[in-house]
Amino acid sequence: MAQFAFLYRGGEPHPQSPVLMQQRMEKWMAWFKDLTDKGHIKDRGVPLDRSGAVVTRGSKHNVTDGPYAEKDLVLGLTVVEARDLAHASELSLRCPIFEQGGCVEVRPILTL
Amino acid sequence: MNSLEHLFRREAGRMVATLTRILGVAHVELAEDAVHDALCRALETWKIHGVPDDPAAWLMTAAKNRALDVLRRERIASTFAPEVASRIESEAAFRARLEELSAGALIADDQLRIMFSCCNPHLTEESQLALILNILCGFGVSEIANAFLSRDETVKKRLTRAKALLASSKRLFDLTDVDFAERLSSVQRALYLLFSEGFHGSSTEEAVRTELCQEAMRLTALLCANVLTATPASFALGALMSLHAARLPSRLDAAGEFTQLLDQDRSRWDARLLHEGQRLLEASAAGDELTAYHLEAAIASLHAGARDAASTPWQAIVSLYDVLMRVRPSPVVALNRALAVAMDEGPDRGLDELRAIEDRARLSSYPFYSAAFGELELRAGRAATAHERFSDALALARNPTERRFLERRLAACGPDGEQGPSKT
Repeated sequence: MAQFAFLYRGGEPHPQSPVLMQQRMEKWMAWFKDLTDKGHIKDRGVPLDRSGAVVTRGSKHNVTDGPYAEKDLVLGLTVVEARDLAHASELSLRCPIFEQGGCVEVRPILTL
Repeated sequence: MNSLEHLFRREAGRMVATLTRILGVAHVELAEDAVHDALCRALETWKIHGVPDDPAAWLMTAAKNRALDVLRRERIASTFAPEVASRIESEAAFRARLEELSAGALIADDQLRIMFSCCNPHLTEESQLALILNILCGFGVSEIANAFLSRDETVKKRLTRAKALLASSKRLFDLTDVDFAERLSSVQRALYLLFSEGFHGSSTEEAVRTELCQEAMRLTALLCANVLTATPASFALGALMSLHAARLPSRLDAAGEFTQLLDQDRSRWDARLLHEGQRLLEASAAGDELTAYHLEAAIASLHAGARDAASTPWQAIVSLYDVLMRVRPSPVVALNRALAVAMDEGPDRGLDELRAIEDRARLSSYPFYSAAFGELELRAGRAATAHERFSDALALARNPTERRFLERRLAACGPDGEQGPSKT
Protein backbone atom coordinates (compact mmCIF):
# COMPACT_ATOMS: atom_id res chain seq x y z
CA MET A 1 0.00 0.00 0.00
CA ALA A 2 1.17 3.50 -0.82
CA GLN A 3 0.15 6.74 0.84
CA PHE A 4 -1.51 9.67 -0.87
CA ALA A 5 -2.57 13.13 0.20
CA PHE A 6 -6.05 14.30 -0.74
CA LEU A 7 -5.95 18.07 -1.05
CA TYR A 8 -9.45 19.55 -1.06
CA ARG A 9 -9.57 22.53 -3.35
CA GLY A 10 -12.13 25.25 -3.83
CA GLY A 11 -15.87 24.82 -3.99
CA GLU A 12 -18.65 27.27 -3.42
CA PRO A 13 -19.15 28.84 0.04
CA HIS A 14 -21.51 27.11 2.44
CA PRO A 15 -25.25 27.77 2.14
CA GLN A 16 -26.96 30.14 4.60
CA SER A 17 -29.52 27.60 5.74
CA PRO A 18 -28.42 25.61 8.83
CA VAL A 19 -30.37 22.62 7.55
CA LEU A 20 -28.48 22.56 4.25
CA MET A 21 -25.18 23.06 6.07
CA GLN A 22 -25.86 20.09 8.29
CA GLN A 23 -26.79 17.99 5.26
CA ARG A 24 -23.50 18.95 3.64
CA MET A 25 -21.57 17.97 6.77
CA GLU A 26 -23.37 14.66 7.05
CA LYS A 27 -22.40 13.78 3.47
CA TRP A 28 -18.75 14.36 4.31
CA MET A 29 -19.03 12.33 7.49
CA ALA A 30 -20.62 9.45 5.60
CA TRP A 31 -17.84 9.57 3.01
CA PHE A 32 -15.16 9.58 5.73
CA LYS A 33 -16.86 6.75 7.56
CA ASP A 34 -16.89 4.67 4.40
CA LEU A 35 -13.16 5.26 3.82
CA THR A 36 -12.42 4.55 7.48
CA ASP A 37 -14.44 1.33 7.50
CA LYS A 38 -12.52 0.14 4.45
CA GLY A 39 -9.21 0.93 6.15
CA HIS A 40 -8.08 3.65 3.76
CA ILE A 41 -7.62 6.50 6.23
CA LYS A 42 -4.03 6.88 7.40
CA ASP A 43 -4.46 10.35 8.91
CA ARG A 44 -7.74 12.25 8.99
CA GLY A 45 -5.72 15.40 8.47
CA VAL A 46 -6.78 18.96 9.13
CA PRO A 47 -9.32 21.49 7.86
CA LEU A 48 -7.97 24.87 6.75
CA ASP A 49 -9.55 28.30 7.08
CA ARG A 50 -10.41 30.19 3.93
CA SER A 51 -8.33 33.17 5.05
CA GLY A 52 -4.54 33.38 5.28
CA ALA A 53 -1.62 34.80 3.37
CA VAL A 54 0.63 33.79 0.52
CA VAL A 55 4.08 35.13 1.22
CA THR A 56 6.76 35.65 -1.39
CA ARG A 57 9.99 37.43 -0.70
CA GLY A 58 9.26 41.09 -0.40
CA SER A 59 5.51 40.81 -0.70
CA LYS A 60 2.52 39.20 0.90
CA HIS A 61 -0.94 38.54 -0.51
CA ASN A 62 -3.90 37.92 1.67
CA VAL A 63 -5.57 34.82 0.37
CA THR A 64 -9.15 36.02 0.56
CA ASP A 65 -8.56 39.20 -1.39
CA GLY A 66 -6.52 37.67 -4.13
CA PRO A 67 -4.77 37.38 -6.40
CA TYR A 68 -5.44 33.70 -5.68
CA ALA A 69 -8.93 32.81 -6.81
CA GLU A 70 -11.18 30.96 -4.40
CA LYS A 71 -11.19 27.96 -6.68
CA ASP A 72 -7.52 27.41 -6.00
CA LEU A 73 -7.78 27.50 -2.23
CA VAL A 74 -6.70 24.38 -0.41
CA LEU A 75 -9.34 23.87 2.28
CA GLY A 76 -7.99 20.76 3.96
CA LEU A 77 -6.03 17.59 3.52
CA THR A 78 -6.25 13.91 4.42
CA VAL A 79 -3.75 11.08 4.10
CA VAL A 80 -5.13 7.87 2.60
CA GLU A 81 -3.68 4.48 1.80
CA ALA A 82 -4.25 2.98 -1.63
CA ARG A 83 -2.63 0.55 -4.03
CA ASP A 84 -1.58 3.17 -6.57
CA LEU A 85 -2.52 6.55 -7.96
CA ALA A 86 -5.36 5.12 -10.00
CA HIS A 87 -6.84 3.44 -6.93
CA ALA A 88 -6.43 6.58 -4.81
CA SER A 89 -8.07 8.69 -7.50
CA GLU A 90 -10.95 6.29 -7.64
CA LEU A 91 -11.38 6.56 -3.85
CA SER A 92 -11.61 10.34 -4.14
CA LEU A 93 -14.41 10.21 -6.69
CA ARG A 94 -17.19 10.03 -4.18
CA CYS A 95 -15.93 12.99 -2.17
CA PRO A 96 -18.83 15.44 -1.56
CA ILE A 97 -16.61 18.34 -2.63
CA PHE A 98 -17.54 17.59 -6.24
CA GLU A 99 -21.18 18.49 -5.46
CA GLN A 100 -19.92 21.86 -4.21
CA GLY A 101 -18.02 22.63 -7.39
CA GLY A 102 -14.60 21.89 -5.90
CA CYS A 103 -12.06 19.19 -6.65
CA VAL A 104 -9.66 16.78 -4.99
CA GLU A 105 -5.98 16.89 -5.82
CA VAL A 106 -4.47 13.42 -5.28
CA ARG A 107 -0.72 13.47 -4.62
CA PRO A 108 1.55 10.54 -3.79
CA ILE A 109 3.46 11.02 -0.56
CA LEU A 110 7.19 10.63 -1.11
CA THR A 111 8.81 7.73 0.66
CA LEU A 112 12.15 5.94 0.52
CA MET B 1 -33.13 9.42 11.68
CA ASN B 2 -29.78 10.23 13.19
CA SER B 3 -28.44 11.59 16.45
CA LEU B 4 -27.79 15.02 14.92
CA GLU B 5 -31.40 15.59 13.94
CA HIS B 6 -32.07 19.33 13.55
CA LEU B 7 -28.89 20.10 15.54
CA PHE B 8 -27.68 22.98 13.35
CA ARG B 9 -31.13 24.48 12.92
CA ARG B 10 -32.02 24.29 16.60
CA GLU B 11 -28.70 25.58 17.85
CA ALA B 12 -28.69 28.39 15.28
CA GLY B 13 -31.97 29.63 16.76
CA ARG B 14 -30.71 29.45 20.31
CA MET B 15 -27.40 31.11 19.56
CA VAL B 16 -28.91 33.99 17.57
CA ALA B 17 -31.30 34.67 20.45
CA THR B 18 -28.51 34.74 23.02
CA LEU B 19 -26.09 36.78 20.95
CA THR B 20 -28.80 39.28 20.01
CA ARG B 21 -29.56 39.73 23.67
CA ILE B 22 -25.87 40.34 24.40
CA LEU B 23 -25.11 42.54 21.40
CA GLY B 24 -28.38 44.42 21.35
CA VAL B 25 -31.28 44.00 18.95
CA ALA B 26 -29.81 46.62 16.57
CA HIS B 27 -27.08 44.09 15.85
CA VAL B 28 -29.23 41.08 15.07
CA GLU B 29 -27.44 40.79 11.72
CA LEU B 30 -24.06 40.62 13.45
CA ALA B 31 -25.42 37.88 15.70
CA GLU B 32 -26.62 35.98 12.64
CA ASP B 33 -23.24 36.36 10.92
CA ALA B 34 -21.38 35.14 13.99
CA VAL B 35 -23.68 32.12 14.19
CA HIS B 36 -23.32 31.36 10.48
CA ASP B 37 -19.58 31.50 10.85
CA ALA B 38 -19.68 29.18 13.85
CA LEU B 39 -21.71 26.69 11.83
CA CYS B 40 -19.21 26.94 8.96
CA ARG B 41 -16.40 26.15 11.37
CA ALA B 42 -18.32 23.26 12.82
CA LEU B 43 -18.98 21.89 9.37
CA GLU B 44 -15.32 22.06 8.33
CA THR B 45 -13.97 20.68 11.60
CA TRP B 46 -16.57 18.05 12.41
CA LYS B 47 -16.66 16.59 8.94
CA ILE B 48 -13.06 15.51 9.50
CA HIS B 49 -12.77 15.02 13.24
CA GLY B 50 -16.32 13.98 14.03
CA VAL B 51 -18.92 15.65 16.25
CA PRO B 52 -17.65 16.68 19.71
CA ASP B 53 -19.23 15.37 22.93
CA ASP B 54 -21.10 18.60 23.60
CA PRO B 55 -21.83 20.05 20.16
CA ALA B 56 -24.07 22.82 21.54
CA ALA B 57 -21.32 24.14 23.83
CA TRP B 58 -18.76 23.88 21.02
CA LEU B 59 -20.99 25.92 18.72
CA MET B 60 -21.78 28.55 21.34
CA THR B 61 -18.09 29.03 22.11
CA ALA B 62 -17.31 29.37 18.42
CA ALA B 63 -20.12 31.88 17.91
CA LYS B 64 -19.02 33.94 20.90
CA ASN B 65 -15.44 33.99 19.65
CA ARG B 66 -16.64 35.19 16.27
CA ALA B 67 -18.68 37.96 17.88
CA LEU B 68 -15.62 39.00 19.90
CA ASP B 69 -13.48 39.04 16.75
CA VAL B 70 -15.90 41.38 15.07
CA LEU B 71 -16.13 43.62 18.13
CA ARG B 72 -12.38 43.84 18.36
CA ARG B 73 -12.02 44.58 14.67
CA GLU B 74 -14.72 47.13 14.28
CA ARG B 75 -14.63 48.67 17.73
CA ILE B 76 -18.34 49.21 17.66
CA ALA B 77 -18.82 48.28 21.28
CA SER B 78 -19.71 51.83 22.27
CA THR B 79 -22.74 51.93 20.00
CA PHE B 80 -24.15 48.81 21.58
CA ALA B 81 -27.25 48.49 23.68
CA PRO B 82 -26.81 50.59 26.84
CA GLU B 83 -27.20 47.63 29.18
CA VAL B 84 -24.27 45.92 27.50
CA ALA B 85 -22.10 48.92 26.63
CA SER B 86 -21.38 49.81 30.24
CA ARG B 87 -20.00 46.34 30.80
CA ILE B 88 -17.76 46.17 27.79
CA GLU B 89 -14.91 48.09 29.32
CA SER B 90 -12.43 45.41 28.64
CA GLU B 91 -12.48 42.25 26.66
CA ALA B 92 -12.19 40.23 29.86
CA ALA B 93 -15.25 41.92 31.30
CA PHE B 94 -17.16 41.34 28.10
CA ARG B 95 -16.16 37.70 28.07
CA ALA B 96 -17.37 37.31 31.64
CA ARG B 97 -20.63 38.95 30.69
CA LEU B 98 -20.98 36.57 27.74
CA GLU B 99 -20.52 33.58 30.02
CA GLU B 100 -23.05 34.91 32.49
CA LEU B 101 -25.69 35.65 29.86
CA SER B 102 -25.31 32.42 27.96
CA ALA B 103 -25.84 30.26 31.03
CA GLY B 104 -28.63 27.71 30.70
CA ALA B 105 -31.65 29.33 32.29
CA LEU B 106 -31.12 32.62 30.53
CA ILE B 107 -31.10 31.07 27.08
CA ALA B 108 -34.81 30.30 27.42
CA ASP B 109 -35.35 33.86 28.56
CA ASP B 110 -33.48 35.22 25.53
CA GLN B 111 -35.67 33.20 23.22
CA LEU B 112 -38.81 34.53 24.88
CA ARG B 113 -37.67 38.12 24.52
CA ILE B 114 -36.81 37.59 20.84
CA MET B 115 -40.20 35.95 20.34
CA PHE B 116 -41.94 38.97 21.85
CA SER B 117 -39.79 41.31 19.76
CA CYS B 118 -40.68 39.41 16.58
CA CYS B 119 -44.40 39.83 17.29
CA ASN B 120 -44.20 43.56 16.74
CA PRO B 121 -47.68 45.00 15.99
CA HIS B 122 -46.22 46.88 13.03
CA LEU B 123 -45.51 43.57 11.32
CA THR B 124 -48.12 41.46 9.56
CA GLU B 125 -48.74 38.03 11.04
CA GLU B 126 -47.00 36.51 8.01
CA SER B 127 -43.90 38.55 8.71
CA GLN B 128 -43.99 37.69 12.41
CA LEU B 129 -44.08 33.99 11.57
CA ALA B 130 -41.30 34.30 8.99
CA LEU B 131 -39.15 36.14 11.52
CA ILE B 132 -39.76 33.59 14.27
CA LEU B 133 -38.95 30.72 11.94
CA ASN B 134 -35.82 32.40 10.64
CA ILE B 135 -34.33 33.80 13.84
CA LEU B 136 -35.60 31.44 16.53
CA CYS B 137 -35.97 28.20 14.63
CA GLY B 138 -33.06 28.49 12.17
CA PHE B 139 -35.21 28.01 9.04
CA GLY B 140 -33.58 29.26 5.84
CA VAL B 141 -35.40 31.36 3.24
CA SER B 142 -36.26 28.41 0.99
CA GLU B 143 -37.49 26.35 3.92
CA ILE B 144 -39.87 29.13 4.98
CA ALA B 145 -41.05 29.59 1.40
CA ASN B 146 -41.62 25.86 1.17
CA ALA B 147 -43.64 25.81 4.39
CA PHE B 148 -45.96 28.62 3.32
CA LEU B 149 -46.00 27.89 -0.41
CA SER B 150 -44.50 31.30 -1.13
CA ARG B 151 -41.69 32.25 -3.45
CA ASP B 152 -38.13 32.56 -2.11
CA GLU B 153 -37.97 36.15 -3.31
CA THR B 154 -41.15 37.07 -1.42
CA VAL B 155 -39.90 35.54 1.81
CA LYS B 156 -36.51 37.18 1.43
CA LYS B 157 -38.09 40.63 1.04
CA ARG B 158 -40.45 40.01 3.92
CA LEU B 159 -37.55 39.03 6.18
CA THR B 160 -35.38 41.97 5.15
CA ARG B 161 -38.14 44.44 5.95
CA ALA B 162 -39.02 42.71 9.21
CA LYS B 163 -35.41 42.61 10.36
CA ALA B 164 -34.94 46.27 9.57
CA LEU B 165 -37.90 47.05 11.81
CA LEU B 166 -36.58 44.71 14.50
CA ALA B 167 -33.13 46.30 14.39
CA SER B 168 -34.63 49.79 14.65
CA SER B 169 -35.91 49.09 18.14
CA LYS B 170 -33.67 50.29 20.91
CA ARG B 171 -33.71 47.05 22.80
CA LEU B 172 -35.35 43.68 22.99
CA PHE B 173 -38.88 43.51 24.28
CA ASP B 174 -38.87 43.22 28.05
CA LEU B 175 -41.42 41.01 29.78
CA THR B 176 -42.03 43.81 32.28
CA ASP B 177 -43.03 46.34 29.59
CA VAL B 178 -46.43 48.02 29.91
CA ASP B 179 -47.87 46.49 26.75
CA PHE B 180 -46.81 43.02 27.90
CA ALA B 181 -50.34 41.57 28.05
CA GLU B 182 -51.22 42.76 24.55
CA ARG B 183 -47.94 41.48 23.14
CA LEU B 184 -48.41 38.13 24.89
CA SER B 185 -51.65 37.57 23.04
CA SER B 186 -49.89 38.38 19.73
CA VAL B 187 -47.22 35.83 20.59
CA GLN B 188 -49.84 33.22 21.42
CA ARG B 189 -51.66 33.98 18.19
CA ALA B 190 -48.43 33.66 16.16
CA LEU B 191 -47.61 30.31 17.75
CA TYR B 192 -51.18 29.14 17.15
CA LEU B 193 -50.88 30.09 13.46
CA LEU B 194 -47.51 28.39 13.23
CA PHE B 195 -48.99 25.20 14.61
CA SER B 196 -52.04 25.43 12.34
CA GLU B 197 -49.82 25.91 9.32
CA GLY B 198 -48.12 22.67 10.26
CA PHE B 199 -51.31 20.81 11.12
CA HIS B 200 -53.75 21.96 8.42
CA GLY B 201 -51.40 23.80 6.10
CA SER B 202 -50.81 23.43 2.46
CA SER B 203 -47.16 22.42 2.35
CA THR B 204 -46.76 19.24 0.38
CA GLU B 205 -44.07 17.80 2.59
CA GLU B 206 -45.24 15.96 5.66
CA ALA B 207 -41.78 16.35 7.24
CA VAL B 208 -41.95 20.13 6.90
CA ARG B 209 -45.37 20.24 8.49
CA THR B 210 -44.31 18.06 11.39
CA GLU B 211 -41.37 20.37 12.02
CA LEU B 212 -43.64 23.42 12.10
CA CYS B 213 -45.81 21.70 14.70
CA GLN B 214 -42.77 20.73 16.75
CA GLU B 215 -41.33 24.25 16.67
CA ALA B 216 -44.67 25.78 17.69
CA MET B 217 -44.83 23.32 20.61
CA ARG B 218 -41.24 23.97 21.65
CA LEU B 219 -41.80 27.73 21.76
CA THR B 220 -45.15 27.35 23.53
CA ALA B 221 -43.38 25.22 26.14
CA LEU B 222 -41.09 28.20 26.76
CA LEU B 223 -44.17 30.34 27.43
CA CYS B 224 -45.50 27.75 29.86
CA ALA B 225 -42.16 27.54 31.69
CA ASN B 226 -41.78 31.24 32.50
CA VAL B 227 -43.68 32.64 35.44
CA LEU B 228 -44.67 35.82 33.58
CA THR B 229 -45.89 34.13 30.42
CA ALA B 230 -47.44 30.99 31.92
CA THR B 231 -51.00 32.31 31.83
CA PRO B 232 -54.08 30.09 31.58
CA ALA B 233 -54.28 30.97 27.87
CA SER B 234 -50.68 29.79 27.35
CA PHE B 235 -51.50 26.49 29.03
CA ALA B 236 -54.65 26.15 26.92
CA LEU B 237 -52.60 26.81 23.79
CA GLY B 238 -50.09 24.16 24.84
CA ALA B 239 -52.95 21.77 25.58
CA LEU B 240 -54.60 22.15 22.20
CA MET B 241 -51.26 21.66 20.42
CA SER B 242 -50.42 18.51 22.39
CA LEU B 243 -53.88 17.03 21.93
CA HIS B 244 -53.84 17.70 18.19
CA ALA B 245 -50.22 16.62 17.73
CA ALA B 246 -51.07 13.33 19.44
CA ARG B 247 -53.17 12.52 16.38
CA LEU B 248 -50.40 13.25 13.87
CA PRO B 249 -49.14 9.63 13.69
CA SER B 250 -52.56 8.40 12.58
CA ARG B 251 -53.30 11.19 10.15
CA LEU B 252 -51.53 9.26 7.43
CA ASP B 253 -52.38 5.60 6.92
CA ALA B 254 -49.89 2.81 6.17
CA ALA B 255 -49.76 3.89 2.53
CA GLY B 256 -48.98 7.48 3.54
CA GLU B 257 -52.45 8.70 2.59
CA PHE B 258 -54.45 11.29 4.52
CA THR B 259 -57.07 9.83 6.87
CA GLN B 260 -59.88 11.90 8.36
CA LEU B 261 -60.44 12.00 12.10
CA LEU B 262 -63.46 9.70 12.08
CA ASP B 263 -61.54 6.96 10.30
CA GLN B 264 -58.27 7.21 12.19
CA ASP B 265 -56.75 4.27 14.01
CA ARG B 266 -56.95 5.70 17.53
CA SER B 267 -54.55 3.14 18.95
CA ARG B 268 -51.85 5.05 17.07
CA TRP B 269 -52.53 8.31 18.89
CA ASP B 270 -49.52 9.35 20.97
CA ALA B 271 -50.34 8.50 24.60
CA ARG B 272 -47.59 10.69 26.04
CA LEU B 273 -48.85 13.77 24.17
CA LEU B 274 -52.46 13.02 25.10
CA HIS B 275 -51.41 12.87 28.73
CA GLU B 276 -49.42 16.08 28.44
CA GLY B 277 -52.38 17.76 26.73
CA GLN B 278 -54.75 16.78 29.54
CA ARG B 279 -52.27 18.02 32.15
CA LEU B 280 -51.97 21.39 30.40
CA LEU B 281 -55.74 21.60 29.97
CA GLU B 282 -56.16 21.17 33.72
CA ALA B 283 -53.52 23.83 34.34
CA SER B 284 -55.41 26.18 32.02
CA ALA B 285 -58.55 25.99 34.14
CA ALA B 286 -57.73 29.03 36.25
CA GLY B 287 -58.74 32.65 36.18
CA ASP B 288 -61.91 33.93 34.56
CA GLU B 289 -60.83 34.27 30.95
CA LEU B 290 -62.24 31.73 28.50
CA THR B 291 -60.16 31.91 25.34
CA ALA B 292 -60.60 30.25 21.97
CA TYR B 293 -57.59 28.12 22.92
CA HIS B 294 -59.47 26.78 25.95
CA LEU B 295 -62.42 25.84 23.77
CA GLU B 296 -60.37 24.24 21.01
CA ALA B 297 -58.39 22.30 23.61
CA ALA B 298 -61.60 21.14 25.29
CA ILE B 299 -63.00 19.92 21.97
CA ALA B 300 -59.76 18.09 21.17
CA SER B 301 -59.84 16.57 24.63
CA LEU B 302 -63.34 15.15 24.10
CA HIS B 303 -62.17 13.54 20.86
CA ALA B 304 -59.10 12.21 22.63
CA GLY B 305 -61.18 10.65 25.40
CA ALA B 306 -63.52 8.78 23.05
CA ARG B 307 -62.82 5.24 21.86
CA ASP B 308 -64.35 5.87 18.44
CA ALA B 309 -66.66 8.21 16.53
CA ALA B 310 -69.80 6.50 17.85
CA SER B 311 -68.93 7.00 21.51
CA THR B 312 -67.84 10.62 21.04
CA PRO B 313 -70.00 13.10 23.02
CA TRP B 314 -71.10 15.04 19.93
CA GLN B 315 -73.67 17.13 21.74
CA ALA B 316 -71.06 18.45 24.16
CA ILE B 317 -68.77 19.16 21.22
CA VAL B 318 -71.51 21.14 19.46
CA SER B 319 -72.03 23.18 22.65
CA LEU B 320 -68.32 24.00 22.80
CA TYR B 321 -68.41 25.06 19.14
CA ASP B 322 -71.38 27.30 19.97
CA VAL B 323 -69.28 29.11 22.57
CA LEU B 324 -66.28 29.19 20.23
CA MET B 325 -68.47 30.88 17.60
CA ARG B 326 -69.16 33.63 20.13
CA VAL B 327 -65.53 33.97 21.30
CA ARG B 328 -63.84 33.79 17.91
CA PRO B 329 -66.29 33.32 15.05
CA SER B 330 -64.89 32.12 11.74
CA PRO B 331 -66.30 30.22 8.77
CA VAL B 332 -63.90 27.33 9.44
CA VAL B 333 -65.16 27.01 13.02
CA ALA B 334 -68.73 27.10 11.68
CA LEU B 335 -67.83 24.35 9.22
CA ASN B 336 -66.46 22.12 11.97
CA ARG B 337 -69.51 22.87 14.08
CA ALA B 338 -71.79 21.79 11.22
CA LEU B 339 -69.94 18.48 10.97
CA ALA B 340 -70.39 17.90 14.71
CA VAL B 341 -74.11 18.73 14.39
CA ALA B 342 -74.33 16.14 11.61
CA MET B 343 -72.84 13.50 13.92
CA ASP B 344 -75.28 14.44 16.66
CA GLU B 345 -78.50 15.02 14.73
CA GLY B 346 -77.95 13.40 11.34
CA PRO B 347 -76.51 14.47 7.98
CA ASP B 348 -79.48 16.56 6.85
CA ARG B 349 -79.27 18.80 9.93
CA GLY B 350 -75.53 19.14 9.24
CA LEU B 351 -76.25 20.16 5.64
CA ASP B 352 -78.66 22.83 6.89
CA GLU B 353 -75.91 24.20 9.10
CA LEU B 354 -73.38 24.15 6.25
CA ARG B 355 -75.75 26.14 4.04
CA ALA B 356 -76.39 28.61 6.86
CA ILE B 357 -72.73 29.54 7.43
CA GLU B 358 -72.40 33.30 7.38
CA ASP B 359 -69.65 34.63 5.14
CA ARG B 360 -69.38 31.18 3.55
CA ALA B 361 -68.03 33.04 0.53
CA ARG B 362 -64.71 33.01 2.33
CA LEU B 363 -64.72 29.22 2.11
CA SER B 364 -65.26 29.20 -1.65
CA SER B 365 -61.69 28.14 -2.42
CA TYR B 366 -61.36 25.81 0.59
CA PRO B 367 -61.62 22.22 -0.70
CA PHE B 368 -62.95 20.88 2.59
CA TYR B 369 -66.08 23.05 2.44
CA SER B 370 -67.29 21.31 -0.71
CA ALA B 371 -65.95 18.03 0.66
CA ALA B 372 -68.08 18.45 3.81
CA PHE B 373 -71.19 18.68 1.63
CA GLY B 374 -70.03 15.60 -0.26
CA GLU B 375 -69.48 13.69 2.98
CA LEU B 376 -72.91 14.49 4.39
CA GLU B 377 -74.76 13.93 1.09
CA LEU B 378 -73.07 10.55 0.89
CA ARG B 379 -74.10 9.71 4.44
CA ALA B 380 -77.66 10.77 3.59
CA GLY B 381 -77.60 8.25 0.75
CA ARG B 382 -77.53 10.76 -2.13
CA ALA B 383 -74.44 9.45 -3.89
CA ALA B 384 -74.95 11.41 -7.12
CA THR B 385 -75.06 14.77 -5.30
CA ALA B 386 -72.13 13.70 -3.16
CA HIS B 387 -70.19 12.88 -6.31
CA GLU B 388 -70.77 16.41 -7.65
CA ARG B 389 -69.67 17.99 -4.39
CA PHE B 390 -66.49 15.91 -4.17
CA SER B 391 -65.72 16.82 -7.79
CA ASP B 392 -65.98 20.50 -6.86
CA ALA B 393 -63.64 19.86 -3.91
CA LEU B 394 -61.15 17.97 -6.07
CA ALA B 395 -60.89 20.95 -8.42
CA LEU B 396 -59.76 23.03 -5.41
CA ALA B 397 -57.21 20.55 -3.99
CA ARG B 398 -53.97 22.34 -3.03
CA ASN B 399 -51.53 19.44 -3.09
CA PRO B 400 -51.21 15.81 -4.21
CA THR B 401 -52.13 14.44 -0.76
CA GLU B 402 -55.42 16.36 -0.75
CA ARG B 403 -56.04 15.35 -4.35
CA ARG B 404 -55.58 11.64 -3.66
CA PHE B 405 -57.75 11.86 -0.55
CA LEU B 406 -60.58 13.52 -2.47
CA GLU B 407 -60.24 11.06 -5.34
CA ARG B 408 -60.76 8.23 -2.87
CA ARG B 409 -63.84 9.97 -1.44
CA LEU B 410 -65.09 10.42 -4.98
CA ALA B 411 -64.56 6.72 -5.64
CA ALA B 412 -66.58 5.93 -2.49
CA CYS B 413 -69.59 7.50 -4.24
CA GLY B 414 -69.49 4.70 -6.81
CA PRO B 415 -69.24 5.11 -10.60
CA ASP B 416 -70.71 8.54 -11.43
CA GLY B 417 -72.37 8.50 -8.06
CA GLU B 418 -74.71 5.67 -9.15
CA GLN B 419 -74.24 3.59 -6.03
CA GLY B 420 -72.23 4.36 -2.96
CA PRO B 421 -70.69 1.60 -0.89
CA SER B 422 -71.39 2.36 2.74
CA LYS B 423 -68.60 4.19 4.51
CA THR B 424 -66.66 2.23 7.09
